[in-house]
Amino acid sequence: MGPGQRRGDKPLLFLQHLLNGLLAGAYYLLIALGLSLIFSLGGIVNLAHGAFYAIGAYLAVSIGDRLGFGAAVLISPVLVGLLGVVIERLLFRRFYKADPALSLLLTFGLAMVAEQALRMVFGAPPLSWSIPPELRGQIVIGNFIYPNYRMLVLAVAVLCVAGLWFLLQKTPFGRVVRAGVQNPDMVGALGISLAPYMATVAFLGVGLAGLAGVMLAPIFSIHPAMGAEIITSAFVVVVIGGLGSFWGVALAAVIVGLTKGTVTAVGYPQYSEAAIYLLMLLVLLVRPRGLFGERIQRFE
Amino acid sequence: MADEQQQSRRTLIKGAGAAAALGLGGFPFISYGQSEAIRIGHLTPRTGFLGPLGEFAVQAADMAVDEINAAGGVNGRRIELLKEDSVNPQTASTKAERMVERDKVACIVGEISSASALTISQVAERTRTLFINTGANSDELRGKGCKKYMFHIESQNSMYVKTCGRSLMAQNLVKGKKWFSLTADYAFGHDLLRVSKRFMAANGGDFSADKLVPTDVTDFSPLLLEIRNAKPDLVISNLAGNQITNFLKQYSEFGLAFPVAGFGFDTALAWAAGKGNFHGTWPVVWHHLIDTPASKKFVADFTKRYGKPPENQAWGDYNAMKLLAQAMVETKSTDSTRLVEHFEKGAKFPLMKTREGYFRKSDHQMMHEMYTVQGLPPAQVKNPYDIFVSSAPVPGPNESLELIATTAEENECRMT
Repeated sequence: MGPGQRRGDKPLLFLQHLLNGLLAGAYYLLIALGLSLIFSLGGIVNLAHGAFYAIGAYLAVSIGDRLGFGAAVLISPVLVGLLGVVIERLLFRRFYKADPALSLLLTFGLAMVAEQALRMVFGAPPLSWSIPPELRGQIVIGNFIYPNYRMLVLAVAVLCVAGLWFLLQKTPFGRVVRAGVQNPDMVGALGISLAPYMATVAFLGVGLAGLAGVMLAPIFSIHPAMGAEIITSAFVVVVIGGLGSFWGVALAAVIVGLTKGTVTAVGYPQYSEAAIYLLMLLVLLVRPRGLFGERIQRFE
Repeated sequence: MADEQQQSRRTLIKGAGAAAALGLGGFPFISYGQSEAIRIGHLTPRTGFLGPLGEFAVQAADMAVDEINAAGGVNGRRIELLKEDSVNPQTASTKAERMVERDKVACIVGEISSASALTISQVAERTRTLFINTGANSDELRGKGCKKYMFHIESQNSMYVKTCGRSLMAQNLVKGKKWFSLTADYAFGHDLLRVSKRFMAANGGDFSADKLVPTDVTDFSPLLLEIRNAKPDLVISNLAGNQITNFLKQYSEFGLAFPVAGFGFDTALAWAAGKGNFHGTWPVVWHHLIDTPASKKFVADFTKRYGKPPENQAWGDYNAMKLLAQAMVETKSTDSTRLVEHFEKGAKFPLMKTREGYFRKSDHQMMHEMYTVQGLPPAQVKNPYDIFVSSAPVPGPNESLELIATTAEENECRMT
């Protein structure tokens, strides 16, 4: 502790680091939920999910520079979601019953195509974008400080999780999706076509990645490879939480966030990334399906 | 059968990769009098966290070569540029080898990563092929790792530190002050931290903390909280690539008010930080606001061709190509050994600055003027590019250019 600091600073700093870890968890969650949804319904491990996050950020800058931040937040995720639907209908659809290695190759290829396309359209140098003036500023209580904008990102993530939970658990739409996850053939036999549900899930999952891109563009560097930066951590969250489990993924995001925050708070920020991989290893040793991984028969 | 299938898939991927590389790199003059053209290999990172700077390097090299060829080439021969993404140290070395052995390039130009520059220089030394480093800063490349066939138009870390340090001393931010530094966790950063610690020790300052930051870290908030808690007199960035942009954006988001300075810098990263986010004192080898006729013409031509002003990396690759052409004309040769001798004799090159530059014989470092830039307050920013004001050239007009470089005692280069 430096000479100029009060004794109360340490717990306060700890709290800030935890909050910060939670926020990291929140934006991993926005990506991870979509990953988990798309996997549990179609069996596709979408390595291109990070690319949708990047496209969301780039669209946000293009739209935001003309129509303002609010318009970017509303329009960009919808456009990214629609792009998701197109890719689901044209490509993913053909791989639902195929060897997962094939869809892995497909989405890996897609991720590279998307990154290079961004580089060709927008150029390799990062784009410039900042937090709109009205959302700048920090919450300061005594020695506690936290940027307003990050609180907003946290709130948006919580709202999305709540909305998605409601949709999946409390609506007829959600019931069909959940049934489709467990037994698509039975759903088909009941005379329900899963195709529109698959497309909607792709819209939601990919749109959430786009939303994460918009929300984080003002505070992170916007460059073609930004998708690759976030995708690995999002996968860690999905793996820890267990594929197919909504609350598992949500809980994993919180745990991953808190782990990062704690490791940082005790003075080792450089090991915070390594800590979440270690956590994943431990969880997999004890529970190979993840914390709340559902037993999905067709993937066994 | 499975084996065969795998084979064909692998072939397919290779094919696609080759097609992509062809599309990216391009070989525009492949059919144009191959025996006559002088081939120059251009290797620089075009993807990854240094990719943003690599694009400027490639664009500038292209422009320089087009200008040279339009003016009749070198000794009546065209220059043909072979361009590749150097990716990482291993790939850089493989590609350098291929350029020399298979493509018979006269020399290799480029690189930004200090780690990759080191592996390229090993190939250059073994094959006696000239390598001009246009973007890697580590002192070690000019010290322990120096090579007879490697020359550096990019400044070494010591030059960056001493240039910026001068400005910091003038602002009274050194003697008796506590610094908090963030350092990119790879060869370049470690080297820069070593040099900046040496500077602080020599000038009576101290580090309250120095944190290593992995190159893939994007969220600086934990470190910003640490900084706020440590209350340093100055925050020092020894970061690189996208790290700098992320750091600047989030530093302003957290509303921290400690002065900021950096020892490694690229203007593209400041442009990307956005209005109101770029501030502090930073050293550069060149920037687009330098007021010399040659710089102005370069900025105008580049902006016309690519729709944006050039940044310092563009300066490095453009001038490397130009000085190579000049040296080939002056020696009437493309032989690497002849060119090395010519450089070592102290040949002068214009470099678009107020004074000419030359490669120092002892470590092959270009001796030239540098600058510090200072971020403008948001109210004074009129466009996304002119976001800083520049110092006068460092060293000043009556000082030796070697003043900011490593001293004989600091330098460990033993050229063989």
